[in-house]
Amino acid sequence: MSPQSDKQSINVKINGNSVSQKDNGKRSVFETNDLNLWYSDTHALKGIDLSFNENEVTAIIGPSGCGKSTYIKTLNRMVELVPGVRTTGEIKFKGKNILDKDFQVEALRTQVGMVFQKANPFPKSIYDNVAYGPRIHGIRNKKVLDEIVEKSLQGASLWDEVKDRLKDNAFGLSGGQQQRLCIARCLAIEPDVILMDEPTSALDPKSTLRIEELVQELQKDYSIIMVTHNMQQAARISNKTAFFLNGEVVEFEETDKLFTNPSDSRTEDYISGRFG
Amino acid sequence: MKFQKERNNKNNIEEAIVKVILFIMALSSIISLGLITFFVFNEGLPFMIGYGITDFIFGTTWNPTEQVYGIFPMIVGSVIVTIFAILVGAPIGIAVAVYLVEIAPPRVTKIVKPAILLLEGIPSVVIGLFGMVVIIDVIRRLARGPLADYLPAGYQTGYSILAGVLILAIMILPTIISISADSIRAVPKEYKEASLAMGSTKWQTLFKVVVPAAKSGILAAVILGVGRAIGETMAIIMVIGNSVQLPIPGWEAVFAPVRTLTGNIALEMGYAGPEHRQALFATGIILFLFIIIINSITLLLRRRGT
Ligand SMILES: Nc1ncnc2c1ncn2[C@@H]1O[C@H](COP(=O)(O)OP(=O)(O)OP(=O)(O)O)[C@@H](O)[C@H]1O
Ligand SMILES: [Mg+2]
Repeated sequence: MSPQSDKQSINVKINGNSVSQKDNGKRSVFETNDLNLWYSDTHALKGIDLSFNENEVTAIIGPSGCGKSTYIKTLNRMVELVPGVRTTGEIKFKGKNILDKDFQVEALRTQVGMVFQKANPFPKSIYDNVAYGPRIHGIRNKKVLDEIVEKSLQGASLWDEVKDRLKDNAFGLSGGQQQRLCIARCLAIEPDVILMDEPTSALDPKSTLRIEELVQELQKDYSIIMVTHNMQQAARISNKTAFFLNGEVVEFEETDKLFTNPSDSRTEDYISGRFG
Repeated sequence: MKFQKERNNKNNIEEAIVKVILFIMALSSIISLGLITFFVFNEGLPFMIGYGITDFIFGTTWNPTEQVYGIFPMIVGSVIVTIFAILVGAPIGIAVAVYLVEIAPPRVTKIVKPAILLLEGIPSVVIGLFGMVVIIDVIRRLARGPLADYLPAGYQTGYSILAGVLILAIMILPTIISISADSIRAVPKEYKEASLAMGSTKWQTLFKVVVPAAKSGILAAVILGVGRAIGETMAIIMVIGNSVQLPIPGWEAVFAPVRTLTGNIALEMGYAGPEHRQALFATGIILFLFIIIINSITLLLRRRGT
């Protein structure tokens, strides 16, 4: 059985629940309703209501410490690794509440991939990095793995640079290449949604540009939710933007509108650089 | 400005003095290593060459009263006991390390960690006593009871390879556990996050990412364990029987009493005549070579790891 059909069977199962229909004909993949989160006593997310559309790039901006990373990590429940975390509210992924006790996080995380701020390839070869996901999900066939690796590296526009040294250690790549490798590794599990937490903040302008181009390319096949500190970046590549402040969503709008004609004065202050 | 300069001068002098002292200390360790090497080789090497290196190493008879010095049985004894001690001790030690770092609740770690340190600190003669009283007794019951019909009389005393292996396995545990645990703890949490974020389970993450990422440290731990096992003397003398003989091939060998290289030296040095003494130094040379080989492997691995 090919990995694609494996994948579809998972999708079908989850699609069994009807997917909510949203504005301008786009379907929503993720939706959080009155989401609250506490780190022990710190109330880090306060009643977040957001909805993310399929095949769109949604940017999350806001000053340091406002809860962007926290929010994006609740979407794949990675935030639970922090001891003492408590959440209330609802996160609907394809119609199901992923905060339900019996929801399987492993299944969630194969459909919701994540790219971290600091490129974090494994200390393994380039090939093994990309093949890691498919392997843990049970794909052993060398040919199938080869195909996935090539396709994923191409998807991350890294293939041409590394095709002759797939067996080399991933640490030999440049920072930007490592980040694209992490994207390839994420594509290899064929997610529907890709979460990115400031994926370019540690990169030089040129590598940043490549990743931005890549994100726009990926948008055709994936829904992308991306935290960024860089407002130009948000303006360049996202369809919608959410502005976070002190654990709350101040404004969630079409990117064009949010940056040209924000409706909240705090948004205006932030994007014009008056704080943050 | 001037004040600053004086201070710098003073600091420079202090620094220079500290440097010299540290250098002398470093030198002293090299000098003692040099002296030990010199004396061991000076005493043992001429004898070894005079007697014939192959006769010495591969000779199977050790009979100082007849001037026959073959240490092959001792080499076999040391190697077998060490290998099996590692085969028993390393998997347990690594498993314990993984458990302590990644799985155990803090209360368990709080008890187990000091216990391991304590185990490391127990003098080997005390562990030997434990071996003599407890382990030997159990093995003897086994050898004289259900297995009595299959074992030669000399293999029924309890003093055996098995006893040596168990004692050594216990003794290398603390080394293997603490060094493996350090290297597992040093694995960046980013690797774990990356793996979990791709939908792997905690166990997959542990065995496919964390342990492989720590493997050079774990290997170093095992090799240090080998060094410790091959050099251990007191406890092993107390439980292994010390008879100079090659064990008969087959499963019975487990119950065979043997002698190790270290045991050979420690047991006979007290009453050895001049030539005998040199033969024991030559035994020391062989032990020395084993340790050098083991350390070189560690160095090589470490270099490859970086
Ligand atoms: N592991 C944690 N334990 C306790 N509090 C935390 C933890 N991580 C984050 N916080 C707190 O939660 C709040 C939101 O943090 P978060 O990392 O989500 O901010 P952010 O918007 O991503 O900031 P930045 O732009 O600096 O990355 C902050 O007040 C922070 O101190
Ligand atoms: Mg952050």
